[in-house]
Amino acid sequence: MRNAFVGSAVERREDLRFVRGRGQYVDDLRPDSLLHAVILRGSVSHGRIRSIDTSAAMRIEGVQAVITARDIPGGPPRIAMRLQPLGEFKPFEQSVIADTKVRYVGEPIAVVLATSVAIGEDALERIVVDIDLLPPAGDCETSAKGDRLLFEELGTNCAITFTAACGDADAAFDAAPYVRREKFRTGRHYGLTIEPRGVMAQWDAATGRLTVSGAAKVPFFNRRMLAAQLGLPETAIEMVENDVGGGFGARGEFYPEDFLIPFAARHVGRPVKWIEDRRENLMAMNHARQAEVDVEIACTRDGTILALRGHADVDMGAYMRTNGAVAARNIAQFMSGPYRIPNIKLRSSLWMTNKTPVGTYRAPGRFETDFFRERLLDLAAKDLGIDRVEFRRRNLVPASAMPYPMPTITPFESKDELDSGDYRITFDRCLEEFGWAAKAKLQGQLIDGRYHGLAVGCFIEGGAAGPKETARLEINPDGSVAVFIGSSAVGQGVETVFAQIAADALEIPIDRISGVHHGSTTYVSDGYGAYHSRSVVMGGSALLDATKNLHDLMRAAASKRFGCVPSEISIREDRIIGPDGVCATLADFAGLTAEGIFLNKKHTFTYGTHAAHVTVDAKIGQVEIVDYIAVVDCGRIINPMTVRGQVIGSLVQGLGGALLEDLRYDEEGQLLTGSLADYLLPTARDFLNLRAIVTDMFPSPINPLGAKGAGEGGIIAAGGIVANAVANALRAFGVEPRELPLTPQRVWEMVEAGRSNRR
Amino acid sequence: MATAMPVSFEVNGKQVTVEVEPRMTLVDCLRYQLRLTGTHVGCEHGVCGACTILVDGEAVRACLMLAVQAEGCKVITIEGLSNDEALTPLQASFRRHHAVQCGFCTPGMITTAHALLSEEPDCDADRVREVLSGNICRCTGYISIVEAVLDARSAYRKPETLP
Repeated sequence: MRNAFVGSAVERREDLRFVRGRGQYVDDLRPDSLLHAVILRGSVSHGRIRSIDTSAAMRIEGVQAVITARDIPGGPPRIAMRLQPLGEFKPFEQSVIADTKVRYVGEPIAVVLATSVAIGEDALERIVVDIDLLPPAGDCETSAKGDRLLFEELGTNCAITFTAACGDADAAFDAAPYVRREKFRTGRHYGLTIEPRGVMAQWDAATGRLTVSGAAKVPFFNRRMLAAQLGLPETAIEMVENDVGGGFGARGEFYPEDFLIPFAARHVGRPVKWIEDRRENLMAMNHARQAEVDVEIACTRDGTILALRGHADVDMGAYMRTNGAVAARNIAQFMSGPYRIPNIKLRSSLWMTNKTPVGTYRAPGRFETDFFRERLLDLAAKDLGIDRVEFRRRNLVPASAMPYPMPTITPFESKDELDSGDYRITFDRCLEEFGWAAKAKLQGQLIDGRYHGLAVGCFIEGGAAGPKETARLEINPDGSVAVFIGSSAVGQGVETVFAQIAADALEIPIDRISGVHHGSTTYVSDGYGAYHSRSVVMGGSALLDATKNLHDLMRAAASKRFGCVPSEISIREDRIIGPDGVCATLADFAGLTAEGIFLNKKHTFTYGTHAAHVTVDAKIGQVEIVDYIAVVDCGRIINPMTVRGQVIGSLVQGLGGALLEDLRYDEEGQLLTGSLADYLLPTARDFLNLRAIVTDMFPSPINPLGAKGAGEGGIIAAGGIVANAVANALRAFGVEPRELPLTPQRVWEMVEAGRSNRR
Repeated sequence: MATAMPVSFEVNGKQVTVEVEPRMTLVDCLRYQLRLTGTHVGCEHGVCGACTILVDGEAVRACLMLAVQAEGCKVITIEGLSNDEALTPLQASFRRHHAVQCGFCTPGMITTAHALLSEEPDCDADRVREVLSGNICRCTGYISIVEAVLDARSAYRKPETLP
């Protein structure tokens, strides 16, 4: 049997429970004697803690304990960085609970354990915290002045400056016939998950074992961190991944609560659960995206890009969190995107501010740079009098240049290269599907009271982060096969796609894959999880290795049974055949289990082109998406239905970031967007005509599946596309957006400024 | 802490009486006292729609209703719209159209869509979008959800009476 589940739109296994309300999320767990944790969070953005009085809270009936920094023996541990753990960042890492200072609104100060959430919240109001206020550093500019230090002993608010370089940018600029310099900003928004975060911990004092439910994304790494912080062996901790209501890079990183709740459970010897409420989520989950750049481009007069040079300032919030440096690093590395730019010098400085710390949000640094770069390209094309479509096509990295080196990042000396693809094919396909040639005449037209604008732009998406992933296969008594995987599920459908990969590799019907068990630390020896669009590429490749190893074990076992040598055994579907046609079935080898690994140092690069048609009501600044198409080539496709779902879903997130979502602070560092009535998310009525075309023309050469990470294909280009389309629609007013999101107010202000300039 | 009050109502066809604090929301009562965890809590301020249930046939946010207000009501949750044997046409349509990713908003989407289609089996895409705009999905981008609801309309139409 030659299966072809890989490449087919197999309906998802997990949906059978989700559509019936039978998913099991962490808040659905409710063991006996459970205590509920609620967290007192700092209400000021910067200050020195003088005292915390919890006595009145402790007197409330139903309150079992109130934990502050002084209750943690040896003082509260810090949360180490997971990615780019450079020594420079160490002093900026976050303590699991505030001890001497608070540095952002939302920082944990005390944990109340009570018999109900409501009683715990009653108790929060009785805790008296005395804080000496300090003036906050609310943005990069204030932070850079250096007179409002978050960590006084360090003498600076700058954690580090990354540099991306290739060629000789300064020399190229000196000699360039055309140069344009611009400043752009992206707003602050984040990977809001519709299920708020949650942790439940159960401590078994008799055996010294800790079970932590609610794990997501990177359970093995988090277990290592937690074990070190609690002084437990790793093997004493089990991290359990339940159903997870969305990840987007933000969920599943190690947060303060990932220490506080297990610590609390051990402290009181009872199960403890904490479920974040939405207000907490807006101020406690990693923020993202906020950056400003001063960047210039050098070109020949006929439109060949010679060089990029500039500086980015990234607003990090108050601490360096586990993956906090990723976006800032990527801003330097991805500024050139899919274009061949031989000379690059880009610096990216990370500034600590008195705001919620940042981490990754789907397409970290890539969403930002696509906005910066694609805006710059449209402005340069206009200056040079070159068609913006031709300008892009001419400068895309050609297929003949693959693999194509990206600029080198320092410190870290990290090198990377674009793995495969023909960017122009995708580009032309997008223009054709969009009908660019026919629509181009709409550019800037006023029709029935709305201005029409079009834009086209390109992106690359990194994926498949190493170093390793692990998979295991086990034959069940009935001859079906169970799959265990180190990759994590965050809603992307891993149970289905791994069943497809396993069924094809084993050449058995897909319903003989009894289950795909993922995430939790008990299933495989070592796991790395779900980030950087890696789950399928890394886990799937490990699964192919596990299949090979399982077949080897089956041959060895069968050869003993049949009294022959392993090379005489052939495996066809679920039949294991020896010499003379003697035969056994999978069920005869029940209990056999084999692990497989995949090691990887390189990255996959999905790529594509987006085009959009927008209209703008200049009177009220409202932008409407009339048509939007994303064409994405993502290597070998496992399930076209789910990968298309990734593109459309991430596109709407990108449009949210381009037009709606905005975390706003006042001058005192108070978060002004503390509810979903203030923080605007896309709804079913906002974006209607969205199309995604996914192709698999160029398999990745760096993994045996040929797959590429494909979770960001819709989001990366969205900001640049929308901003360029708005600029083109409103060209009569000379509108040139330099900041996201393009809220109605911001668009209206640009129109009004344009009107007064014209007068 | 106020004393607990008894409240009686019907849930998924079964009469229940529970003791609740007056301040307990209906969604907390359903989830934590009646252990019907298919109804989810996403914002607790009536914006996200994850907790949508049916109260006397109408789609209602269970986080904005107190449990005591349910006295005498007929409540239907996602569990009441599901069975063990097979997916309902609406559920099957959600699966077929890939209108589900993480699954957290899904029960609220399905209860909302069920209420709509029960009343208006011939609604158009604009109407579906209008009604679903009170339910936030962070994964799918809504396109597939709207398609799934439209595709399920036929199952809600009354069969033509034969002449």
